[in-house]
Amino acid sequence: MKNRDFKDPIRENRVFTFRAILFWIVVVCLTCVLAGRIFYLQVMQHDRYATASENNRVLLQPIVPNRGLIYDTNGKLLANNRASQSLNLIIERVDDVEQTLALLQSLLPITKGDLARFEKRRKQRRRPHEPIQLRTRLTEQEIAILAVNSHRLSGVTVEAELVRHYPFSKSTAHVLGYVGRINEKELKRIDPVNYSGTQRMGKLGVEKFYEAQLHGLVGFQKVEVTARGRVLRVLEREDPVPGADITLYLDSNLQDVAEQALGDRRGAVVAIDTQTGGIIAQVSQPSFDPNLFVTGIDTKSYAALRDSLDLPLFNRALRGQYPPGSTVKPFVALAGLEYGHINWAHTISDPGWYQLTKGGRFYRDWKKWGHGKVDLNLAIAQSCDTYFYELAHKMNVDDLHDFLWQFGFGQRISLDVAEALKGILPSTVWKKARTGEPWYTGDSLNVGIGQGYMLATPLQLATATAVLANRGKWLQPRMLKTIRVDKDYIDMLPATEEIAATPDDVTLKRDANWEKMIDAMESVIHGRRGTAQGIGKDVQYRIAGKTGTAQVVGIKQDEEYDIEKVKERNQDHGLFVAFAPADEPRIAIAVIVENGGGGSKSAAPVARKVMDAYLLPKLAAQAEAAISNE
Amino acid sequence: MSRDFLRQLPHASHAFQVRASFLRRLHIDGWLLILLLLLCAIGLAVLYSASDQSMATVHRQATRFGIALGVMFVFAQISPHHYRRWSPWLYSLGVLMLIAVLVLGVGAKGAQRWLEIPGLPRFQPSEIMKVAVPMALAGYFADRYLPPRIKHVAAGLVFILVPTLLIAKQPDLGTSLLICASGLFVLLFAGIQWRLIFGFAALVSACLPLFWMFLMKEYQKQRVLTFLNPESDLHGSGWNIIQSKIAIGSGGLDGKGWLQGTQSHLDFLPESHTDFIIAVFAEEFGFFGVLGLLFLYLLIVTRCFFIAARADDTYSRLLAGSLTLTFFFYFFVNIGMVTGLLPVVGLPLPLISYGGTSIVTLFVGFGMLMSIQTHKKVLPR
Repeated sequence: MKNRDFKDPIRENRVFTFRAILFWIVVVCLTCVLAGRIFYLQVMQHDRYATASENNRVLLQPIVPNRGLIYDTNGKLLANNRASQSLNLIIERVDDVEQTLALLQSLLPITKGDLARFEKRRKQRRRPHEPIQLRTRLTEQEIAILAVNSHRLSGVTVEAELVRHYPFSKSTAHVLGYVGRINEKELKRIDPVNYSGTQRMGKLGVEKFYEAQLHGLVGFQKVEVTARGRVLRVLEREDPVPGADITLYLDSNLQDVAEQALGDRRGAVVAIDTQTGGIIAQVSQPSFDPNLFVTGIDTKSYAALRDSLDLPLFNRALRGQYPPGSTVKPFVALAGLEYGHINWAHTISDPGWYQLTKGGRFYRDWKKWGHGKVDLNLAIAQSCDTYFYELAHKMNVDDLHDFLWQFGFGQRISLDVAEALKGILPSTVWKKARTGEPWYTGDSLNVGIGQGYMLATPLQLATATAVLANRGKWLQPRMLKTIRVDKDYIDMLPATEEIAATPDDVTLKRDANWEKMIDAMESVIHGRRGTAQGIGKDVQYRIAGKTGTAQVVGIKQDEEYDIEKVKERNQDHGLFVAFAPADEPRIAIAVIVENGGGGSKSAAPVARKVMDAYLLPKLAAQAEAAISNE
Repeated sequence: MSRDFLRQLPHASHAFQVRASFLRRLHIDGWLLILLLLLCAIGLAVLYSASDQSMATVHRQATRFGIALGVMFVFAQISPHHYRRWSPWLYSLGVLMLIAVLVLGVGAKGAQRWLEIPGLPRFQPSEIMKVAVPMALAGYFADRYLPPRIKHVAAGLVFILVPTLLIAKQPDLGTSLLICASGLFVLLFAGIQWRLIFGFAALVSACLPLFWMFLMKEYQKQRVLTFLNPESDLHGSGWNIIQSKIAIGSGGLDGKGWLQGTQSHLDFLPESHTDFIIAVFAEEFGFFGVLGLLFLYLLIVTRCFFIAARADDTYSRLLAGSLTLTFFFYFFVNIGMVTGLLPVVGLPLPLISYGGTSIVTLFVGFGMLMSIQTHKKVLPR
């Protein structure tokens, strides 16, 4: 008790000293814990944190290569890159995103689509401080408005990017295709490194086929950045290799003429330079503005294009599969000659119909009363159906198939036109596989006049016509004229699996049949009784051609159409194939005018205009050269 | 008394007496002064780098050091007896001002910590409590029988809890923890029984969930959660700790070199010249640098322990011991927090971090320690 009442300084001192030493040891131990922790971070985990620090500091920025330009055969720019200002938000630097968006909407037009795309991108993974695009194609005025209000818009940036532009708009949409935002499917296919900064790629047409060449190789720069993403300096730089510029055979003048000639009718024109195989015109009407797709088309406009009855997004020139109608007759006739079923002297008497058996079904000629006595030349010139019913009746359909196959029917032979369809070249095997039924002679009769099962695209018709024009010599249709490799433009197609092999040239047992057939086709235009003599007036060169009329079968009666439209859409398709000049061909052309009625009235004049536009300057130049030579 | 007397004799060499007597007349402890000056110099060098080579910042900090050293000198002149007499009054004044802060205080960043009294510069009353609490408790226990009885311990705890809670309410979690610790250190040195210590520790851990539910603010909870899993909030509060770990870890053995740290200079490291300055130091000077700095801190703490252990009376010992451990607590918590060992509480790194009043308070503490060391009666004059 006594001890507890009085202070004991010695004992207090002893306790204190003991505790001081104890706490000092604790302090040393805890300091060692700190040292150990620092050792763990700085020595054991050094590599990890050194990498993290470097990743913080150094940003590897891809430098997007400039996309290659596309020129037409005369050097006119068909696709270029334009600087476009886009509006971006850096979320980390925006105080209140919703408020900022509302303010931006009050300052400049921002569509619901813009907002939807913005929200989608905002949810995707990205680096901190990476800008998210809200709007593209700001006008000068809009940029000025943003600048004036910049104090209220923290985290809002305007950035320049190069955006594809198609100066010819609708005119080249089906040829060039367009570039658009890379979608998830494409993302899996493309090289992630080379496309690391690229936002858009070719979706269709030339843009798609030559994507690899047009895109170029990505460059990189290592930059030092602050935590706020500000670039302090460039540490290393590897320049990108810009995409190759390419020149097409396409002639924008001719394209224009063809479009004008078609007017507002639906249809397609394909013209081929018979000396090279180059596609000099490829028109599909109606068309669309490809520039809409570059920065992202809004849902409403897209729906309007997609749902239009006129199918503006449908490339008729390459993917429109039509019954070739009478345009196939020269080829069928050549087959008949080749297999010896007919000769040039073979004559029939046409009553206006054909019967397989007496009392059987009537196969009608387009001319109700018939053509009377008809030989092969006249059968071509007058497009006598009965003559070809008889020929097809005699001919084995598989022989016909094999012969027509040589001209490219039923297959895809174009070099760099990726989306082209094959059409249908029927045979017994094909029909068995397709319908499970055997081949009937009646089927042959229909094929003989280019109806029935047979389908061909305008590109195929033009191609086959070009082969005929070249007397059997094959030149595959192609888009590319030259491509810039390094600094030189060379005439070389890139090696791609998509490119079909060149077919063998077509040879006939009797070579003279080429010239005789071409004579017959000339009489279509220039002959007194030719079906297309309407376009033969005042023509300065010889045209060999063939009209065609394809019956429309596909229209669905139960769909609600405007009565006038039904009438219009039940009309026959008008077709015309031709080449000129007949002796020294330079252009082969196929024209189809949907629901245009007879080919001679609808399609042939279009072809004439295109051929005039193409040939007259060349012939004039030739004549001039001849004069100056003398 | 006799032991103290005997201990002096063998060391009474002539040379030591001359050097000691000069500094002693100034009431300065030479060892402590040298170590502190060294630390201040390092602090200024790191600050120069951490503030992006802002000479103005370094100037301001150097000025503060100058003022603080002057204050330390003044406080060293005052005998511990005076401190002991002032203790209750200073403590009472401090508590009153803390209450005044809650009523009239000036806020910054959502916390109400400052008091403006006309004619005086703006200051934080909590700074006064950093020395007033150890002084008051040391005074209280020096008068009592030691080891303290339970009722005295309970009274001491009340003395600690009142300012602690008042400061926690501001809210200033770091300082309130610091002040709480400084009071508890007095209890520890006073010889409180171990069973009480462990019993109390058990009680506190049992109360932690209550503390969590009723006392902590949302942002404080967030800090603890972030501490437990920094990756949960990469761009918010976890960012600081991740970036500071990257800064430290990337320093490696010998660091990136002075002014070469990328984490701080490219703004990845937040608060780089205040609470997180050790990360800058570690990034630029590496593991060896940090070891050196820790060693320097340890030397200062050791010298302070030495002063405490050799102090004249119980009051001085308790005060010195508490000030010493508080200083240690300061840098341990700061480094622990920056390295991710402890949750983020806003405590600066003593004498390195940029900051005003806390430096002066620290030097007031060192001035008291020097006073305790140099006002001993038993040493030869």
